Amino acid sequence: MAMTITEKILARAAGRDTVEPGDLIMARVDFCLGNDITAPVAIDEFEKAGFDTVFDPERIALIPDHFTPNKDIKTAQLVKQMREFSARHGITHFYDVGRVGVEHALLPEMGLVGPGDVVIGADSHTCTYGALGAFATGVGSTDLAGAMATGQVWFRVPESVKFVFDGELSPWVTGKDLILYTIGNIGVDGALYLAMEFTGSAISGLSMDSRFSMANMAIEAGGKNGIIAADATTRAYVEGRFRREPVYVESDQGAGYAWERRWSAADIPLMVAKPHLPSNTQPADELTGTGIDQVIIGSCTNGRIEDLRMAAEVLRGQKVHKDVRCIVIPATQAIWKQAMDEGLFDVFLEAEAVVSAPTCGPCLGGHMGILAEGEVAVATTNRNFVGRMGHPASEVYLAGPYVAAASAVAGHVATPEQIGTRRAV
Amino acid sequence: MSASAPNNELGAVPGGSAVITGHAWTFGRDVDTDLIIAARYLNMKTAEELAAHLMEDADPEFPQKVRPGDILVADENFGCGSSREHAPMAIKGAGIPLVIAKSFARIFYRNAFNTGLPILVAPEAVDGIDEGDEVEVDLSTGCIRNLTSGKEFEAEPLPSFMQELVSAGGLLPFLKGRVQG
Ligand code: SF4
Repeated sequence: MAMTITEKILARAAGRDTVEPGDLIMARVDFCLGNDITAPVAIDEFEKAGFDTVFDPERIALIPDHFTPNKDIKTAQLVKQMREFSARHGITHFYDVGRVGVEHALLPEMGLVGPGDVVIGADSHTCTYGALGAFATGVGSTDLAGAMATGQVWFRVPESVKFVFDGELSPWVTGKDLILYTIGNIGVDGALYLAMEFTGSAISGLSMDSRFSMANMAIEAGGKNGIIAADATTRAYVEGRFRREPVYVESDQGAGYAWERRWSAADIPLMVAKPHLPSNTQPADELTGTGIDQVIIGSCTNGRIEDLRMAAEVLRGQKVHKDVRCIVIPATQAIWKQAMDEGLFDVFLEAEAVVSAPTCGPCLGGHMGILAEGEVAVATTNRNFVGRMGHPASEVYLAGPYVAAASAVAGHVATPEQIGTRRAV
Repeated sequence: MSASAPNNELGAVPGGSAVITGHAWTFGRDVDTDLIIAARYLNMKTAEELAAHLMEDADPEFPQKVRPGDILVADENFGCGSSREHAPMAIKGAGIPLVIAKSFARIFYRNAFNTGLPILVAPEAVDGIDEGDEVEVDLSTGCIRNLTSGKEFEAEPLPSFMQELVSAGGLLPFLKGRVQG
């Protein structure tokens, strides 16, 4: 029977030859994770239910990234609980400040997740790892507790939908624009419960970093997972990095899809999602009247090295507008060091942007750049819900790093072309 | 989520009695988990602490206005956004025994079953309930009666696997049962 990549990975994890959409399965988990918000609840549930051992201490990551370096006493308590649980159960992939990064940038970078895996994380953006050709999905703390104890999780096998991006991208356009365009087209529940498969020649041409930002936002369309079959780009990323054996899987000819969208990549411009939904999208160059107070360049969506290079390309020789705060947050320590070594920090500092330690921070309104009443931000993050970055009456515009950096210079939403940036290549 | 078998028995629901009567609070579509419980409160993790901030960014007075036993009624895609189980925890902490919606975002859907918060998918009921209406719901049959208007509605039946989860008392007792064979 012809199956999609998602169905094949799930069948394997359920120990079956085939699965069909709608099947409820118990699946083996290759890797699971929790963060400083969700893991403490999972630990409480794990202990309350009377489990006393974890299924495999090497296949669990506990990543305190949201409110770290600890923003207050309560947070410090949560991280302490994770630290102690990790020590008690021999969990090696617990990373404290100085080693930690934003989870969905850190795990792929460290080679902890890879092609063919079934990964669950008590964080909705766990779908990021679909960029590696894995089945990865967000769950809640109780699911994480169950997976930590038994290595098992239940799934309803999702129907798959296919997004084909043909041809070449326009200048400046990245994976972030493709995914914002997709969400704008289908809506925030347009792919509810569905597996979103991204394919086509424009996807083949995307860097890994751009693929991570696309898969990252599958949840913003309600998707269960986003997935891109591994190709030469994936293999080059995974080889020498992934700590287990990759299993390369692709969809069969004739596999069934609930529906399909096909777009010419060249028609997709630089995109922005306006408040207060990721689906409220518009081409960036139509929004130049929108004044802003803050720019955030970072997060699990766009805090990787390529994103920082893009921001630096626009900020080089420029100054952040006098009425704007620009905060750059490299997603992991390794990215931080690489950006420093490449001289990107000189660009940011000369432009009068500030560089923070790796953290989720302002992305979820935690710390390190909270908005006041009435303030407006452009952020390379993934959610712009009411109150997401601070005061309930603040606003977030979502964009890729080029638009974010150009907006920081302009003082309003802008594209690199609108501020006169010349392409380096 | 569609039913795997036509079966309208919802079974016993942990933490809830079979028949629930309460006043409705109505919400629109795409109620996200940041709205249910804002991230600034996620440094807390008890149901009581969280309940004090339930739906605060939608209506700052909501935590004071909502009474134990009231039910939430929402349009499509309730609970979209983050995976925080703090959202169903905050709802339960406020004494809300049930959420009825046209559809639920998937992580919220599984979190509700895993943690024993009864939820019902019932599009017609959502259209037929106004804020403040008194509603009676029989969780064992999925029958929803609007006592204020006298109208009756049926909730979508639960897939049999979800019924198993519910009757085991949630995910962890279910998994424990499996491990112990
Ligand atoms: S960066 Fe933002 S979206 Fe990503 S895991 Fe952290 S809080 Fe969540």
